[in-house]
Amino acid sequence: MSEKSVQEMTAKELLAYYQAKLDEEARQAKANGKLVCWSASVAPPEMCVAMDIAMVYPETHAAGIGARKGAMDMLEVADRMGYSVDCCSYGRVNMGYMELLKEEAMTGKTPEALANSPAARVPLPDLVITCNNICNTLLKWYENLAAELNIPCIVIDVPFNHTMPVSEHAKEYIADEFRNAISQLEVICGRPFDYEKFHQVRRQTQRSIEQWNRIASMSRYKPSPLNGFDLFNYMALVVCARSRDYAEITFRKFADELEEKYKKGESAFKGAEQNRIAWEGIAVWPYLGHTFKTLKNQGTIMTGSAYPNMWDLTYDAEDESLHSMAEAYTRTYINTCLDNKVAVLRRIMEEGQCDGVLYHLNRSCKLMSFLNVETAERIQEKNGLPYVSFDGDQTDPRNFAPAQYDTRVQALGEMMEQAADGGQA
Amino acid sequence: MEENIKALLEQFRAIAGDPRKAMADHLAETGKGAIGMMPIYAPEELVHATGYLPVGLWGGSRPVTKARTYLPPFACSVMQQVMELECEGAYDDLAAVVFSVPCDTLKCMSQKWKGTSPVLVFTHPQNRGLEAANRFLEREYAILKEKLEGITGVKITNAALERSIQIYNENRAAMREFSALAAQYPQVISAVDRHAVFKARLFMEKSRHTALVRALMEAVRAEEPQPWTGKKVVVTGILLEPNGLLELFDRLGLAIVADDLAQESRQIRVDVPDGDEAPLYRLARVWQNMYGCSVATDTKKQRGPMLMDMARKTGADAVVVAMMKFCDPEEWDYPIYYKQFEAQGVRSLMIEVDQESTSFEQLHTRLQSLVETL
Ligand code: SF4
Ligand code: SF4
Repeated sequence: MSEKSVQEMTAKELLAYYQAKLDEEARQAKANGKLVCWSASVAPPEMCVAMDIAMVYPETHAAGIGARKGAMDMLEVADRMGYSVDCCSYGRVNMGYMELLKEEAMTGKTPEALANSPAARVPLPDLVITCNNICNTLLKWYENLAAELNIPCIVIDVPFNHTMPVSEHAKEYIADEFRNAISQLEVICGRPFDYEKFHQVRRQTQRSIEQWNRIASMSRYKPSPLNGFDLFNYMALVVCARSRDYAEITFRKFADELEEKYKKGESAFKGAEQNRIAWEGIAVWPYLGHTFKTLKNQGTIMTGSAYPNMWDLTYDAEDESLHSMAEAYTRTYINTCLDNKVAVLRRIMEEGQCDGVLYHLNRSCKLMSFLNVETAERIQEKNGLPYVSFDGDQTDPRNFAPAQYDTRVQALGEMMEQAADGGQA
Repeated sequence: MEENIKALLEQFRAIAGDPRKAMADHLAETGKGAIGMMPIYAPEELVHATGYLPVGLWGGSRPVTKARTYLPPFACSVMQQVMELECEGAYDDLAAVVFSVPCDTLKCMSQKWKGTSPVLVFTHPQNRGLEAANRFLEREYAILKEKLEGITGVKITNAALERSIQIYNENRAAMREFSALAAQYPQVISAVDRHAVFKARLFMEKSRHTALVRALMEAVRAEEPQPWTGKKVVVTGILLEPNGLLELFDRLGLAIVADDLAQESRQIRVDVPDGDEAPLYRLARVWQNMYGCSVATDTKKQRGPMLMDMARKTGADAVVVAMMKFCDPEEWDYPIYYKQFEAQGVRSLMIEVDQESTSFEQLHTRLQSLVETL
């Protein structure tokens, strides 16, 4: 498709177009001897983008592999490398993929598992950047990437906020890390940092985030023009292109479409929306369709999830101290105390007018699982809404049982109905 | 074996096995209570300077039942144990619990304490090479210090803190010496005993522990070291428990000649540096100087070379990886150093550590086959 037709594309087309374009750009960069960086999903890309480095996002890449049912092959490679099945499956899928790329680079032959994989082809990185605002697993995983490939690793450490609001000393430390990353990049790139572009990139990031938040806010309407599962899909661009206009263009289009829909009195749901839930945790990529349809079949729509909300990285792009940017990157709800986590999820439930919560107990993700019981109890204490939990995993298909999911969702549906009938009075 | 050595080792074992008594004795003598120290690293010197007894909380060996409500099965074994003990109220006599959060599991655990003691959380910075990280941690420690003062009612003066630092540095040096000595006398200090000396450290006021360790070392040195007919290993991991597992090492003639266990030698690896800076700042520097641990970020991954170096220096025949069940930081390190071991021809065996386990036949078989092939 030509650049010109971008204006005519639907949001869905734009999403696919830019995703493919980003991968292509990364491959081109590699082919032209430009730098490629693999990045954690909520690591700040602003510095690298300012230096014109092509960005690749292993979590999104792994999610794509999972959704296309290609995870098992990669997981097996990781198994052979000695990775325990207890390690996050995003990480294992990526280590498996990296190993295959490495083998290809070393032997000149494409390993069969790679040739047959439905994975989008992305090039090996020249550097990696990680940030632990969603988990410390990303520190371990990126340490390993750097060691396996013998490349530099930029670490943006955002200390767990055991007390909220974010402390001044944390902001100072993180802002210093940004400055340190800049000097690391000057060495890696062999040229001075482009401060002017950095400023522009920060502004661009804010424009993208503004549109992203516009989309998320559409679920406040009842019935909702936004199907919450769409956020899982569009998330790919807020991860991979928030510092580019690709994200802004796509999100603006999507938000406009949703507004249009709302004005016309249309809702995301064909038929009557019977109840609305919040989804807590990551999607189950290999079973995205199944998890969605089960809900849909019983008239349930997802109108709230704190997960996509993690990319609400609103900050003051004009703040040269970078404290505002530091604050935005560290306040991710799972990087904060339980009180704040609960407050964030509650707000999301209120805004989405949710009638219940579905908790994903994710075998891969300790941080997004080990506080589920406490979170659920506290939220229910406050809003009295029902919840259920199911066992899953974002990319290891072995850890999800459709039957259990269906039963739990059904139970939640019944509880919500009861509550609606005044059964909970 | 000389009676004196036996009696001393008995003493270590008794203390290691009964932290409650250690707390009661401390209270009777000083009128001060105890403060829990969660794994893995905390500036214990701050607690010591209040006169309260720092007590390490490294789980136990209970059947896990109550904890099941709050933790899914895929949480690490040691935190399942800690949670079980929290639910049982076993920690409720502690005046406070100091919590560091260097892994995802600990972040969550710090937010869901089921006991009644106040929980004091602080965060380690992970960009450890930066001066900004030292400053950040110094500030975290300053906040922790204030909280400790509030709870204990004791003002932590710089003079008191310097004294505690000195006591801790001496203790760490003594323990490093002990570890080296134990390697020379495996007939005298069994794997179980070696662990008891390290574990008692978690429950004793450190100057006393140092004195007892020195007494033991003196008694041991009085004997002639004997040639060891068994094999020698370096162990790495979070911890090596319960005793039933350590007994296998003794039965199979596997001497532990050095360890890289979070509960043991990682605790004594790095001293508080000397210098003119304020004690809190120097305490923070310890974290910067730490190395070879899965929860201390290291983009150079130097743990493998460190372990190989340990094996070389101690003449170990193999490295035994004591893999804490469901500990992802340790599991992430494994493939990297395993590959390095293979490349350098260093023998290794990974065994799973579950504090809850009571039967060790399988592990016995695996360790035995290791011995046979060395
Ligand atoms: S799934 Fe969880 S553990 Fe894995 S990268 Fe995401 S936040 Fe980290
Ligand atoms: S470091 Fe490992 S053993 Fe320790 S709390 Fe974290 S996961 Fe558990």
